[in-house]
Amino acid sequence: MSNDDISIETTRHIAYLARLALDEGEVNQYAGQLSAILKHADDIASLDLDGVAPMRHTLNVVNIMRDDEVRPSLDREEVLASAPDAQASMFLVPKIVGEE
Amino acid sequence: MSDLNFIEMSAVEIAAGVRSGEFSAVEVVTAHLDQIDKHEGDVRSFVTQMGERALDGAKAVDERRSRGEELGALAGVPVALKDNMAYRGVETTCSSKILKGWIPPYTATVIERLEAAGAIAIGKTNLDEFAMGSSTENSAFFSTRNPIDLNRVPGGSSGGSAASVAARFAPIAIGSDTGGSIRQPASLCGVVGVKPTYGLVSRYGLIAFASSLDQIGPFARSVDDASLVLDVISGHDGRDSTSLAERSYSHQPIDNDVKGLRVGVITEMLDGLSSDVENALNLAIDALRALGAQVEEVSVPAAKFGLTAYYLIAPAEASSNLARFDGVRYGVRVEGKDMNETYELTRGQGFGPEVKRRIMLGTYALSAGYYDALYGKAQKVRTLIANDFDNAYDRFDVLISATSPTVAFEFNAKSDPLSMYMSDVCTIPSNLAGHPAMSVPFAGGEGGLPIGIQVLAPSFGEGVMFKVASALEAAANYKAIPEWDNKGK
Repeated sequence: MSNDDISIETTRHIAYLARLALDEGEVNQYAGQLSAILKHADDIASLDLDGVAPMRHTLNVVNIMRDDEVRPSLDREEVLASAPDAQASMFLVPKIVGEE
Repeated sequence: MSDLNFIEMSAVEIAAGVRSGEFSAVEVVTAHLDQIDKHEGDVRSFVTQMGERALDGAKAVDERRSRGEELGALAGVPVALKDNMAYRGVETTCSSKILKGWIPPYTATVIERLEAAGAIAIGKTNLDEFAMGSSTENSAFFSTRNPIDLNRVPGGSSGGSAASVAARFAPIAIGSDTGGSIRQPASLCGVVGVKPTYGLVSRYGLIAFASSLDQIGPFARSVDDASLVLDVISGHDGRDSTSLAERSYSHQPIDNDVKGLRVGVITEMLDGLSSDVENALNLAIDALRALGAQVEEVSVPAAKFGLTAYYLIAPAEASSNLARFDGVRYGVRVEGKDMNETYELTRGQGFGPEVKRRIMLGTYALSAGYYDALYGKAQKVRTLIANDFDNAYDRFDVLISATSPTVAFEFNAKSDPLSMYMSDVCTIPSNLAGHPAMSVPFAGGEGGLPIGIQVLAPSFGEGVMFKVASALEAAANYKAIPEWDNKGK
């Protein structure tokens, strides 16, 4: 498989998926640069990797479970102090649901 | 006031002097803050200086001594911290506009361990935004200069940490290494830099870039100091699910006898080196042979696909990790007409060009229709690389290569992203395999600029890695000197 150039339309779609507002200049620039970078992926695209397991972890370790005990968490006021907007112990966000 | 030259002392010497009462932690910290006052204007290694806090910390160490309390292994030792590690109450930015003003409500485990050992945090150092880059030019705030030649970059992404140690602002610093971000700037600034085995050092409080690759490690001006710092920061931490149980590194006086050790020179990392770097590597090979090591070339065939695999895996993980920067819980918000537009504007304006490029690349590599061909294939290549390293370590105790293909380059020299990515071609494979690797300064190259040799070892091979690095350090006839100390000599 070879990686074809990434179109302007695809670039806009990727930017939407990543929730990035890009201007026209950025869209054009990233379309070209991503195409150039992904051309380098051609060197692994042609490798025969059938039967090779994808790496899951660099060491053969298993999860470590700890006892479920009650412990103090971060201080709520201190956490909220860094939020762009907060009210009544909660993060305040712009309206999510559209008006009916 | 004593006439001791504190800024040239090692961490080991400082801690010994403070513990014995030969001198005070306040004297040590004051000398380093003076050095910062003199030269930080030229170097710009810090995003945030912590001078007052550092003096308070030093006073506390001295008071503990006067009360007869036991002092730790790093008593009174100043340490610079990469600004992608959280410090409660001190602004932590990742050198990004999107986190400007964030005051963490918690402290990274490594910092807690350093302070428990008596180390004194003196500042948060500059980095490529979110640790993405190899020159520190991607910082949203300013570029850091290489203290050895102020017209050159310090490397990156931990450029501020490397520069602070080279500039004698601190004997030790902490960085993070995802694809070479400790070792490459260490090489370019003429200091020691270590990426430990994946899982050996807790990452709680490290702002994640690529979680399967990120590892925290030390900078120092000697191998011995780096080994001591790794001892302090390693070990299990229940707050990091990737922290290994029952594994830690113990510092011991390093026996640098390499007689009979089998050292492999990685064939795939010999291409593309500048002539001065190639020359330094050959000198290192000669030096190890003269010390009785058996040095031979060895092929790690899949290593040549490392760069490609890395630039699919790391951006993919970053695109997911950086989703948390959405203008809701911390950092900057740019308000839009609804939540979606608020996300888009916040992230569009908050992230710089390289971060956006990698988020785009990673989102593409994970998107429907491309996942198997890009991310999935890269993860298989990663297995090949680890297998090829395993084969090499069947016959060799350690492997060596150059750390960086070139000495420190000039500002704006690598404006094309791909040419910048090539800076990490020798360092990336160790991250993909999870293995430890380090850079030790070995020779002066073009313009007297530092050249580091990379020593690679299998997982938990830190002991033999430090041994070989120590032998190279002893054999090297080179010491990186800041530009201001070189003038007029």
